[in-house]
Amino acid sequence: MAQVQFNSITKTYPNGFEALKPTNFTIKEGEFAVLVGPSGCGKSTLLRMVAGLEDITAGDLSIGTRVVNHVDPADRDIAMVFQNYALYPHMTVRKNIGYGLKNRGTAKSEIARKVDEAAAMLNLTPYLESKPSQLSGGQRQRVAMGRAIVRDPALFLFDEPLSNLDAKLRNQMRIEIKALQRRLGVTSIYVTHDQVEAMTMADRIIVMNEGRVEQIGTPAQVYHNPATTFVASFMGAPPMNLLPAVVDGGQVMLEGVSFGPAPHRGKVIAGIRPEDFSPDPEGDLTIHVDLVEELGAHRLLHGKLGEEAVTVHVANESVAQTGPLRVGVKPDALCLFDAVEGNRI
Amino acid sequence: MSLSKMRKLKLSMIVDHGVLILGSLFMILPLVMLLQMTTIPDTEIIKTGPTLKIGDQFDDNLYKAMFEASGFAGENSGLSMLKNSLILGIGFAVGKILIGMLAAYAIVYFRLRFATLAFWLIFTTLLLPLEVRILPSYEVVQWLGMLNTYQGLIIPLIASATATFFFRQFFRSVPEELVEAARIDGAGPVKFFIDILMPLSKTMIAAMFIIMFVYGWNQYLWPTMITTDEDMYTLVRGIKQIVQVLEGAVVPEYGRSNVLALVAVIPPVLVVVFFQSWFVKGLTESDK
Ligand SMILES: Nc1ncnc2c1ncn2[C@@H]1O[C@H](COP(=O)(O)OP(=O)(O)OP(=O)(O)O)[C@@H](O)[C@H]1O
Ligand SMILES: [Mg+2]
Repeated sequence: MAQVQFNSITKTYPNGFEALKPTNFTIKEGEFAVLVGPSGCGKSTLLRMVAGLEDITAGDLSIGTRVVNHVDPADRDIAMVFQNYALYPHMTVRKNIGYGLKNRGTAKSEIARKVDEAAAMLNLTPYLESKPSQLSGGQRQRVAMGRAIVRDPALFLFDEPLSNLDAKLRNQMRIEIKALQRRLGVTSIYVTHDQVEAMTMADRIIVMNEGRVEQIGTPAQVYHNPATTFVASFMGAPPMNLLPAVVDGGQVMLEGVSFGPAPHRGKVIAGIRPEDFSPDPEGDLTIHVDLVEELGAHRLLHGKLGEEAVTVHVANESVAQTGPLRVGVKPDALCLFDAVEGNRI
Repeated sequence: MSLSKMRKLKLSMIVDHGVLILGSLFMILPLVMLLQMTTIPDTEIIKTGPTLKIGDQFDDNLYKAMFEASGFAGENSGLSMLKNSLILGIGFAVGKILIGMLAAYAIVYFRLRFATLAFWLIFTTLLLPLEVRILPSYEVVQWLGMLNTYQGLIIPLIASATATFFFRQFFRSVPEELVEAARIDGAGPVKFFIDILMPLSKTMIAAMFIIMFVYGWNQYLWPTMITTDEDMYTLVRGIKQIVQVLEGAVVPEYGRSNVLALVAVIPPVLVVVFFQSWFVKGLTESDK
């Protein structure tokens, strides 16, 4: 177990592409940190630098108390789970899990004991003598997990480990991985582009965009208090509604309706989560609903507020029809962003 | 409807099998004729050529071919020629595979400054087959004092652009993550090569072994130049020699050389049969 410290880390690829702008943050001991962001934002780059698979262009990376910039991957006391599992196809499950120990010169009986223990923990015992090609996707994923836990590392790294699984299995593995991490208490960095995965698994979420860290916080913080319009629109499905507004006379004005005081002047962007609207005959705003999306437990109403597209989330007992709908906004639900920079005001 | 379908199926099956059987006969008949001719006396071969008659000379011919020496020095029995051929074929195949794999390993997995250039240089040697460079090669072998040795036979031909090329293509198809997982698992370059890359290349190695073994086994020109000692003769050369040596004097020992020809066919066939099953198994096991 160890904390991981990023000290002005940057990455420029040999072709001159700057994949990671100077980055500073610390992942605490035992924490489950999830790196999330759109494709190409540099998540894998960051993770691979922690693993030692990619050189660090500048800055210091420490795991525990040790700066590891020039330490070989094998000596960083880490384990990594890859998206395509990266199991050795010609080895049995037992050999796959034990290979890292074998290379470290662990005694045979000790390897056997540890592999059995890891296999039992992951329900892999019946498959120990099978080859990876004889296993299902979920089982292969577990073997990859087994390979990671058997070495008892200080840090787990996951690079989109669930994206090759179907939705149901993904939910199940998500819970298993989280539970396992809780039980072992090993510091973990988990990369995903799926914001649901990030929300459900993370102790802290690190939202990245274009090689920059946009926000670091607990799932609740990131969801309810997004630091930028990017975070607001990336986290949550459907995303936060971002509507142009003005601050006039110290009051936020949206569609001619006042939404309380604000210190700013001029144009701003007002963010409202779909579930923070509530249908209310007395409401201040009128939305023209174009489409009702039925989701079982609840409904999504897609429509327009003035010129802007909005989405409203309603419980399934409330009326749902196209046409005008009066809604109110829950108190304190409004997030204000700078209209140009997109930063939170 | 289904009846006509069945008829069609049957017809196509008959045609398929017909073609296959014809092909097999075409390939195997010369060997059968050869076998027949080992059973009759040499004089009869001269008179009648291959017939349907089965004689009683086979044991005699087999004994002569395998254990009796031919030539002047009397050192090249069929058995010693078989040994030489095997050494050449196996040495060739193993050497070419090993060197090709190592070269490809260096080119694909190590950040060498001139890796691409090196690869293309190796590749262009395909344009310079043995026949083109046979005189300088001979010079070098002679200068190194390796005439009439197994090293002299094998080493000059062991570098293989073909093997390097195929292994390079194969290594490039091995997922990057496998290398990275192995690195994290603490496998250095040597361990990765032996523990992961070699087993993964099993089917490639089998295919290469078939090709290279047969290539080495069938070498004629190079051994003729490099070896003059009779105890270094290979089967392919020996067959020719038996017929040649006695020409003019008496009837050539056709029966004996025919036996040798058959013996010369067997090892390549065995290699193909054995490695092919390995090859097919590797392909169908489909390790993803
Ligand atoms: N070896 C490389 N050389 C040059 N540029 C690279 C290299 N590897 C990645 N990049 C670039 O760096 C950026 C970040 O890549 P990275 O793999 O970290 O993205 P990611 O966030 O993991 O995306 P995804 O969700 O698609 O996996 C991308 O724009 C990519 O094109
Ligand atoms: Mg990635």
